[in-house]
Amino acid sequence: MTLTSPELTLPAIGVAHAAWLLLAFPSVGAAVLLLGGRRTNAWGHWLGVTMSLASFVYGVVLLAQMLGARAGGRSRDDHVFTWIPGIGRFHVPIGLLIDQLSICFVLLITGVGSLILIYAVGYMAKDPERRRFFGYLNLFIAAMLLLVVADNYVALYVGWEGVGLASYLLIGFWSYNPAPPVAAKKAFIANRVGDAGLSLAIMLMFAQFGSVSFAGVFSEVHSAKPGVVTALGLLLLLGACGKSAQLPLQSWLLDAMEGPTPVSALIHAATMVTAGVYLIVRSAPIFNLSANARLVVTIVGAATLLFGALIGCAKDDIKKALAGSTMSQIGYMMLAAGLGPVGYALAIAHLLAHGFFKAGLFLGAGAVKHEMNDEVDMRRFGGLATVMKITFVTFTFGYLAIIGIPPFSGFFTKDPIIEAAFAKGGTSGAILGTAAMIGAGITAFYMTRVMFMTFAGRRRWNDDAHPHEAPPVMTSPMVILAVGSLGAGGFLMISNRLINFLGPVVGTPPLSHGFFAPISDIALVVVVAGAAVAWAMYGRREVAVTAPRGNFATVAARKDLYGDAFNESVLMRPGQWLTRLSVFFDNRGVDGIVNTIAATMGGGSGRLRRVQTGFVRSYALSMLVGAVLVVGALILVRL
Amino acid sequence: MISPAHYVALAVILFVIGGVGVLIRRNALVMFMCVELMLNAVNLAFIAFARLHGGLDGQVIAFFVMVVAAAEVVVGLAILTSIFRARKSASVDDANLLKN
Repeated sequence: MTLTSPELTLPAIGVAHAAWLLLAFPSVGAAVLLLGGRRTNAWGHWLGVTMSLASFVYGVVLLAQMLGARAGGRSRDDHVFTWIPGIGRFHVPIGLLIDQLSICFVLLITGVGSLILIYAVGYMAKDPERRRFFGYLNLFIAAMLLLVVADNYVALYVGWEGVGLASYLLIGFWSYNPAPPVAAKKAFIANRVGDAGLSLAIMLMFAQFGSVSFAGVFSEVHSAKPGVVTALGLLLLLGACGKSAQLPLQSWLLDAMEGPTPVSALIHAATMVTAGVYLIVRSAPIFNLSANARLVVTIVGAATLLFGALIGCAKDDIKKALAGSTMSQIGYMMLAAGLGPVGYALAIAHLLAHGFFKAGLFLGAGAVKHEMNDEVDMRRFGGLATVMKITFVTFTFGYLAIIGIPPFSGFFTKDPIIEAAFAKGGTSGAILGTAAMIGAGITAFYMTRVMFMTFAGRRRWNDDAHPHEAPPVMTSPMVILAVGSLGAGGFLMISNRLINFLGPVVGTPPLSHGFFAPISDIALVVVVAGAAVAWAMYGRREVAVTAPRGNFATVAARKDLYGDAFNESVLMRPGQWLTRLSVFFDNRGVDGIVNTIAATMGGGSGRLRRVQTGFVRSYALSMLVGAVLVVGALILVRL
Repeated sequence: MISPAHYVALAVILFVIGGVGVLIRRNALVMFMCVELMLNAVNLAFIAFARLHGGLDGQVIAFFVMVVAAAEVVVGLAILTSIFRARKSASVDDANLLKN
């Protein structure tokens, strides 16, 4: 396998010199909206949209300058300020790395993010707290941008935690209901487990290499012991699992659907779950050196893509079915990233394409929910295609993209991942490839199920539902995203455009992808078969309004394949026992000793107090006796 | 001939009389007088020993004791007066507010 060496990062020039503006726009937006209070209620949401769009425009300018630069001069590092000026060897400058990889994420976050913000203007129109919502959204975008443009792991970690905070605030946004705060806490705690992995990785890097910057770590990693590299890879993977909702830290993602739909779209398409994939691809020099760590990444990816797909099959809640699909698609990206230099660019390509079609799907689901009086049960939908035409068409574009029908984008980005998995060779390659192939079939099944249950068949609406098309402020972002769902994959993958663009950062794979290769054809057949099964079950037959009991597999998938039950019995119950034991030990043991000492002293003092009789003459007597004793002792010693 | 030993013996007798007086009398004023007696017994002993050793240290200390005694009487009589005003009694057994 030939690998072009990563290109040198040069100091920033031109517009990249003001790369901090990228972060400044949404940060200022968040500050104004959150500190400005009710005065900003009237125009606050448009300020949020403007700030996000300003970041996007600036990102486009950065991309234009990058494309104008000669190859080899595209990676630019803009030193902003020195955060921690050398405590011992610990020196942390805050620098912004604008290179081919980070610009992809910048454009995805700000571009898709801005569309979601525009949509949210309409979606949250009746919410009295809309201004606060947009403040949090801007905070989310600012934190995610810091995460992807930081040039060292500590600054990345700041963004990483900022994303965790913003997601917590947004998932629990409707905190007057009981479920959202619980879901927010769950997301935060699951993320903390992953964060611990990332922070340990950073500490290990500093201990081993004396540096936390990308450049410093990646130049030293070659000389590290293999065990250290594998440990680093696994710790980074743990961090990525938390943020990207991969097994075993997947449980928060489905509950996170309690947040408003624009938040779900933002978390699933533009920010948050993409952070884990970014971390792995950015740390490519570490993973390149450890085949074991890469193998674990592929296993996690393959297991999660099947896990998420199976959950998606049984959910009647449209948002949860889509959440299962996100888990599954991120699993594809992890699988690709775990394949090494062959797959990094494929992971990013699928991530970008996924950003478009998943955002489109979520916004479509949100529009349906919005028009159906917040009903999310697909058994209560049906026949919406004729009522909500624009939503139906844009949702269909996202649907065709996610299941990978040519020429929609999923076809161009998912099939190469399946091919690359098979091309890995050996038993592991066959297993991973088969898992990815089966996953594609299941994806086709559950997405077709969603389509039929929502847009086709008899109208099974609630009596008070009067759906009609959503307002233009909501449909126009959906249309733009639908165009992206159609074109993004082909644009990125035909003639290896993205692979060549990213090559200097993540390495150029030797594999050249011919579309409609045998494996791709088989995948297409599997996809059509999956869709046909779904049609037979949900298109041809009537959908029951109340869910049938289902076999054991359906029941398991409805309960998220017992992910919560596992966490509860393996982690929560023993944890509760541990806390109870320590409370008992604290009360009876530690407190017991302290209380006994205190009681003994108190009781003794109470008795000793009786000695104070209040008679001056007895005091005088005791003084005399004492004096005689002292004098007697002195005389005795003298003699 | 009266030797220094006689003075020491007198000092011991005076000290014991003063000490017993402090211990058995209830009247604060009398107790004060007994304390003064003890102090003067000590003074007498100091002078006697100073004479015996032919030094001046004991005589100097006797002056110090007198000064301390004078100060003590001033403070003590003031306390005694205020207690008598409050309780119409000079008995030390009645003043037992700090009991227990």
